[in-house]
Amino acid sequence: MGVIQSVWHWLATTLKLMTYNKAGFIGFLATTAILIVCLIGPFFIPLDTQTKLDQIYQPPSAEHWFGTDHQGRDIFSQIVHGGKDVIYVAAIAAFLSTFIAVTFGTLAAFAGGKIDGGIMGVTDIILTIPQFPLLAVLAAFITFDNITYLGLFLGALSWPALLRAVRSQALSLKERDFVEAARALDLGTGHIVFRELVPNMMTYIVISFTLALTAAVYTQVGLVLLGLVPVSSSNWGVMISLAWTQGAIFFRDAMWRIMMPILAIALFQLSVITMTRSLELAFNPRLRTMV
Amino acid sequence: MAPIIEVRNLTKQFGKGKERVTAVDAVSFAIEPGETVCLVGESGCGKSTTGRMVAGLLEATSGEVLFEGRNIKQLSSDAFRRYRQTVQIIHQDPYSSLNPTQTIRDILTAPLLRHHKAKNRAAAEARALEILEVVDLTPARDVIAKYPHQLSGGQRQRVAVARALTVDPKFIVADEAVSMVDVSIRVSILTMLARLKKEFDVTFLFITHDLALAKYFAWEGRITVMYLGRIVEDGPTQRLITDPRHPYTQALLSAVPEADPELAQHKRQIELRGAEIPSLLALPPGCTFHPRCPYFVPGQCDVAAPPLEAIPEGGRVACPVRRQEHVSLLV
Amino acid sequence: MAKSKLDWQTGDANDRQAPLSLENVHVAYNTRRGKVRAIRGVTIDLHAGESLALIGESGSGKSTLGLAIVRLLPDTAETSPGVITYRRDGREVNVLQLKPGELRAFRWSECAMVFQAALNAFNPVLKVWAQALDTAKAHGWHDKEAVRRRLVELLEFVQLDPKRVIDAYPHELSGGMRQRVLIALALLLNPQILILDEPTTALDIITQRTIIKLLRELKEEQHFTMIFISHDLAIAAELADRVATMYAGRVVELGTSDDIFYRPRHPYTLGLIRAVPTVTGGFEQLFSIPGSPPDLVDLPKGCKFHPRCAFASDRCKQEEPELEEVSPGHTAACWHWHEVEAELQRNPLHRGALNLTDVIAVDVEVA
Ligand SMILES: Nc1ncnc2c1ncn2[C@@H]1O[C@H](COP(=O)(O)OP(=O)(O)OP(=O)(O)O)[C@@H](O)[C@H]1O
Ligand SMILES: Nc1ncnc2c1ncn2[C@@H]1O[C@H](COP(=O)(O)OP(=O)(O)O)[C@@H](O)[C@H]1O
Ligand code: SF4
Ligand code: SF4
Ligand SMILES: [Mg+2]
Ligand SMILES: [Mg+2]
Repeated sequence: MGVIQSVWHWLATTLKLMTYNKAGFIGFLATTAILIVCLIGPFFIPLDTQTKLDQIYQPPSAEHWFGTDHQGRDIFSQIVHGGKDVIYVAAIAAFLSTFIAVTFGTLAAFAGGKIDGGIMGVTDIILTIPQFPLLAVLAAFITFDNITYLGLFLGALSWPALLRAVRSQALSLKERDFVEAARALDLGTGHIVFRELVPNMMTYIVISFTLALTAAVYTQVGLVLLGLVPVSSSNWGVMISLAWTQGAIFFRDAMWRIMMPILAIALFQLSVITMTRSLELAFNPRLRTMV
Repeated sequence: MAPIIEVRNLTKQFGKGKERVTAVDAVSFAIEPGETVCLVGESGCGKSTTGRMVAGLLEATSGEVLFEGRNIKQLSSDAFRRYRQTVQIIHQDPYSSLNPTQTIRDILTAPLLRHHKAKNRAAAEARALEILEVVDLTPARDVIAKYPHQLSGGQRQRVAVARALTVDPKFIVADEAVSMVDVSIRVSILTMLARLKKEFDVTFLFITHDLALAKYFAWEGRITVMYLGRIVEDGPTQRLITDPRHPYTQALLSAVPEADPELAQHKRQIELRGAEIPSLLALPPGCTFHPRCPYFVPGQCDVAAPPLEAIPEGGRVACPVRRQEHVSLLV
Repeated sequence: MAKSKLDWQTGDANDRQAPLSLENVHVAYNTRRGKVRAIRGVTIDLHAGESLALIGESGSGKSTLGLAIVRLLPDTAETSPGVITYRRDGREVNVLQLKPGELRAFRWSECAMVFQAALNAFNPVLKVWAQALDTAKAHGWHDKEAVRRRLVELLEFVQLDPKRVIDAYPHELSGGMRQRVLIALALLLNPQILILDEPTTALDIITQRTIIKLLRELKEEQHFTMIFISHDLAIAAELADRVATMYAGRVVELGTSDDIFYRPRHPYTLGLIRAVPTVTGGFEQLFSIPGSPPDLVDLPKGCKFHPRCAFASDRCKQEEPELEEVSPGHTAACWHWHEVEAELQRNPLHRGALNLTDVIAVDVEVA
């Protein structure tokens, strides 16, 4: 009972705070809508796999909202089905990179000395490796038939910039008196990192997460587009890639086929980025208790 | 009994190379259990740095901190843990000393649970409520659910004291603990601290730049005056306030603005030879006060740093020239 | 120092008209939480040549009142009803109705303000000399040499070495030096009134003393008309001829410095005085005022001090008292000021000096 109530209260406050920034709230609504369409949509809208030669490259209409492709298949149904994997991979990558960055960034800041030196050394090395070419090269050796691996892989390479940012945030927080008080009370490193430092970086972390998410979408699509990761199932990246290789940009009629997945990606990115404005408000402890 | 805290030749340097400064320079003093000692001086003279070294939060460059007679660097891990909890610190700024993301409940129960001062959450909360009553934060039930920013500066400062009390400290470094609190409530916090002295046998190292406050809080105790990282004078409060010997102490006392028009009229004005405090990066040789001191003796004061020597009336004075002389603060 | 050259305050201060009169001044800030009623009906005359101290806790409205006088409140502030009358040489204007052009002249050449938090008051990228010149130019004073002479004279007056300071950036100066430069800049256009917001707060004790000395000189030798704003009673005791105590946006007591410090009639003033220790005074028992100041958005009914007042009665919870004369030239806003008087007869406020006769001779009997 108590738990349900407090969770409910938390959600209600969060939502209320998010409405304080109109653009941010619209971004939030759009993100939610896209997620719902991509995650639940496939159960209601069957993927159109049937070749209908009389309907190729049709512009958007009441029947085919986003038009049809080179085999007369409905693009809208492909878009609905093609979002899930893109978002899934990006989310895994973002989770992993945020987790690594936050944990080790705060630890480096707080522990200092050799631990800090070690962590920063590794970070700098990874930061100097050109990521995209590395991914491209690696992709030649590893086949990403499992998209979870692709997500983990992207995440494992994209944390260094965030880690540096988190570390410098934590360094300034560390000078605050409440951290010194926690040291005097001998509350332990775990407590200091996860109870004192991290909650004060929450806004920052959440925003970094969304940025990591958008970055992972682009990297992923880029890899697919270049045909470097042969992901089998259909997704927005594969759609662009196929359209591209089949020369869609040369036909005026084929415009919808290539534009729709691009628009879907752009809209998703835009929604997520604008949503961060509201997230900033929602995770501000001061505002939280004012509503 | 051994002093609860003693420091010997405690020195702290910050920075490297040309930027290197000595913030605390060979400071020695001892504090007996039950005593109240005030550390006074102008900003940047090394009070907080000394306080943080005493509390083991900052490592000394040289010299030692002794807890109950033993060097804290040589304590076993168990003994060190006991020292850690026995010596607590209260900071100046009530807006940065409490974590804004935690409720007062979180702030108080964390140390209780960690150090097994309470068996479970419920017991910890009950104890937290008790402690809130001790620091006069009532009704405790309302306060415990709040976030720091929902409390006033004075109330936050009480929470900071309550947090220190969770681990049953015997020694508290109060670093400018009431400087940022409104005058009207300052006294009530001081009174509360004074009560802790009596009821819980807490020994205080009270750091302040406000001599009037030091006089009030440590009337029965001692005052130590610092200037540019060194102790220039210490002694029983009543002696030091009424019969200051070091020219810097006199200058400080005579400069304090008085909240009483008649005293303000009758205060002796001591003219210094220089107004500016020298930078720690370019300290004058010998007695560091000599460029400003009205009693400066060329060839003596600017040669060797004067030793801190005891006087019969109580305490120590680092000025061979004026150690024996009385100066009245009122005219 | 050639003080005779400074054409500041001339003539016999006492037979001039009040240069500034506030009548029923109100200020409210519009915020998301509602209206913050920072000033509620302040009526006060500033006498020519006097120094008036405004004291009171943080948030009592002292700075707001100062900003209202020089019209530097943010746009979210409302200032009606109320009249602020400024007089010089027989002319009179309502400050609250000045147009933007007139305001700029008023702010520097008639009534200058030295702000709380001295560093923020400077433009960080301008040298002291450039700031002075900008100010002078903005007021149509283009004779560079004359401005420089005046600035040098003023810097000498505030005991700074002009050579060292004039070409310095604000951050190169210490806190005390900055405060003195600000005072010098405020005097640049020879204003009639000087308002100083927390002139010594955040300065070291010895530096505070040098500023106090400087302000005393302005007061005693130049007969400057000044308003000091401070939460530190000591500034009032050191510098003020008259003191006004503010609480929750009102002046609750007004009198000469001696009246306020030794014969207060308002429980809040009494509370403040009993809360502050002195160094050379005898050891005294101090008392704090319970509770905390009211929320200015949601003020209690009746006397705003009643939740914290030891003298409060049922009447205090219903009706708010107005200032009334308690002795000539001394007013207090309290229904029960007679009881405060009686309390002070039982426990007078004179603390006396520390008794040190066995150690040192106190030359003058204090109190
Ligand atoms: N720009 C503003 N917007 C909203 N409220 C304000 C603003 N400036 C001041 N206030 C409010 O007006 C009230 C009076 O503030 P003011 O700064 O005049 O107090 P003060 O007496 O000068 O305090 P202090 O001693 O802290 O300087 C306070 O409640 C303050 O929060
Ligand atoms: N962490 C630090 N790094 C570098 N310098 C410091 C640090 N802490 C304090 N200092 C310097 O040491 C001197 C003494 O500081 P502090 O002990 O805070 O003085 P006080 O408390 O007496 O005002 C100052 O010059 C200050 O700038
Ligand atoms: S030693 Fe000399 S310079 Fe230093 S305080 Fe004494 S008299 Fe002054
Ligand atoms: S009017 Fe009443 S509540 Fe207000 S100060 Fe006087 S006695 Fe206190
Ligand atoms: Mg300090
Ligand atoms: Mg103010």
